[in-house]
Amino acid sequence: MSLLRLKDDTQPWKGRYYPYDLVKELCIAVGVIALLALLLTVLFSSPDDKPSTIAQWSRQLPQNFVGTAASQLAGTSGTATYGPPYNHNGTGQEAWIIKPQKWLGVSHPIDTERDFVVGPLETVPNDPALTAALAQYKAAPEKQKKEWAEAYAKPFAEIAEAEEAGKKPPATVSVEEATGTVTVTPSGDAGPVPVMMNSLLALAKSGGVDGSLLTSKQFFQTDYTKPLLFMADGGLLEERAKAQHLLGEQWGMMNETGSYPGQPWLWLYALWYQVEPFKSSENADILVMMVMGVLSLAFICIPFIPGINRIPRKIPIYKLIWKEHYRDVTSS
Amino acid sequence: MSSVAPDPPATQAPEKSWTVKVREAGVEALPPEKLLPDGQPTYVASWIYMFGVASIASLIVIITSGSILALKGPAWWHYTGVGHFFNSVHLWSVELFFFAMVVHLWGKYWMAAWRGGRSRVWVTGAITFLVAVPAALTGYVSQQNFDAQWISTQAKDGLNSVGVGAFFNVTNFGQMYSYHVLLLPIAVVGLVSAHVLLVRKHGVVPPFKLERRKAALATAASAGHDGSPAGTDGGAQS
Amino acid sequence: MSSVGVLGAVFNLNHPAHTVDWEFIHLSVANVIVIAVMLIVFALAIVLPFPGAASRRAARGRGGSS
Repeated sequence: MSLLRLKDDTQPWKGRYYPYDLVKELCIAVGVIALLALLLTVLFSSPDDKPSTIAQWSRQLPQNFVGTAASQLAGTSGTATYGPPYNHNGTGQEAWIIKPQKWLGVSHPIDTERDFVVGPLETVPNDPALTAALAQYKAAPEKQKKEWAEAYAKPFAEIAEAEEAGKKPPATVSVEEATGTVTVTPSGDAGPVPVMMNSLLALAKSGGVDGSLLTSKQFFQTDYTKPLLFMADGGLLEERAKAQHLLGEQWGMMNETGSYPGQPWLWLYALWYQVEPFKSSENADILVMMVMGVLSLAFICIPFIPGINRIPRKIPIYKLIWKEHYRDVTSS
Repeated sequence: MSSVAPDPPATQAPEKSWTVKVREAGVEALPPEKLLPDGQPTYVASWIYMFGVASIASLIVIITSGSILALKGPAWWHYTGVGHFFNSVHLWSVELFFFAMVVHLWGKYWMAAWRGGRSRVWVTGAITFLVAVPAALTGYVSQQNFDAQWISTQAKDGLNSVGVGAFFNVTNFGQMYSYHVLLLPIAVVGLVSAHVLLVRKHGVVPPFKLERRKAALATAASAGHDGSPAGTDGGAQS
Repeated sequence: MSSVGVLGAVFNLNHPAHTVDWEFIHLSVANVIVIAVMLIVFALAIVLPFPGAASRRAARGRGGSS
């Protein structure tokens, strides 16, 4: 400890005290802060942007919804390939030999095919075409299911690739504006999948998918993981976030919706994501968290870090803080 | 006739009485005059000293406004003006809390306030800041609006990457609300209490001693004064 | 967007934020203002005189603790 703490010649104070009312100070502080909070409330209020629902998503962006649903069925969506804690379809992020995402395992199992598509569709009554399609799908071997789903999902992936590359997307997916129905030209035999997807779109528009994903475990529910993950795999949340400067590359984790101040204390956490090697890394999250972990530990241990703990002595801002005391010491 | 019980007589409590041990340890560490002193050293003479108490005051406003929001439940603020009002007070007092806390830590860093055996004061303060961050995060994801949807679906990636997501699920509103309303406020209040009690125990950190040469030069320049030895700041401690 | 409480606000901040952009740094104006105010307040706090100077002078002159 003495090696780390260097020369600390601070002695207990043996000098003068003056009357100081701590309780009154606290009361005044509470009054001042309360008034400030009140003033800011009256001036600016607080934001409350309404949440998105799957129903809204399916109505506003039907093509995006169906494409995302198809990727859930095909097992190619972000959630489907996430890995722990949702499934074993990915290894998650890692830093050299450190793989905590993998080590902590699957604690919130999500099977996107079952939970996001087949399960909600099974709740739809009185639809013989859908019942037949579901029966055909469930009876098929896994390989066949995959081929059907991928044939249906592929056009959406090709369109997304073309748009990202700035090329003209193929006309394999179209939306009828009047009814909001989505017509897809699959890349191969899609079997019963088109019927399933059209039914899911209709169910979503009615609010049925929102409800189904929330109450699938039990009546009372407070866990929104499934509907949130389904929506996050799509484009609506991201579209809204971009408009509000909440994306990662917009330093979004520091921001609030609207023009409100957000979380300026997250500046350093947000900064790492903007610079290499974190910016283009697939393991950006674990790397940034590790850097912040080390820096947080260093922050706690500042008293013990040689050099850092001497800077306040070297850069005499303290002379401004204690100017009255030093004036007294040097004049007495 | 007074209803207050007279002071209990000293019992022949065995030396190993836990009660006696706890009481004596408490009183030894923090006798009443130290727990609530009515004076401060004369070097406590700067506005920078106000930011610790400003942080505590902000925390009090946060907890008060948060308690009112808790009384009516998490959906209330979305559909009533009064609810929205208290949500606004809660949000702005959080901004003031972080504002005051950071200015306080800047001041304490430049004072090297860990000196003289006060490293635990710095450590508890730093940990308070680091615990306040997830306390705020759990609040943001408990808003039940678009902001909560976005923050939770984004924050989950960082937390999942380090394995924390396996037992701390930001998209689970029920869990996040419990952490926000109960567990993390207890942690913050506990840490702040430890921090303040340590400040009371060790006292506010004294100023850096002026360097001997500078002090000697200063006293030499003031001819006729009784040049006190460099670094001496006063007489016997009370 | 809730219209309930915002009706009471003097200034409506429910519009997309303006940003301060420099190289790879993109900060919202609101956050920049908060950070700037923090720095200004810190500077003022260490520079402005603190009340009670007379009491402290008397204590130093008096000798002995309060």
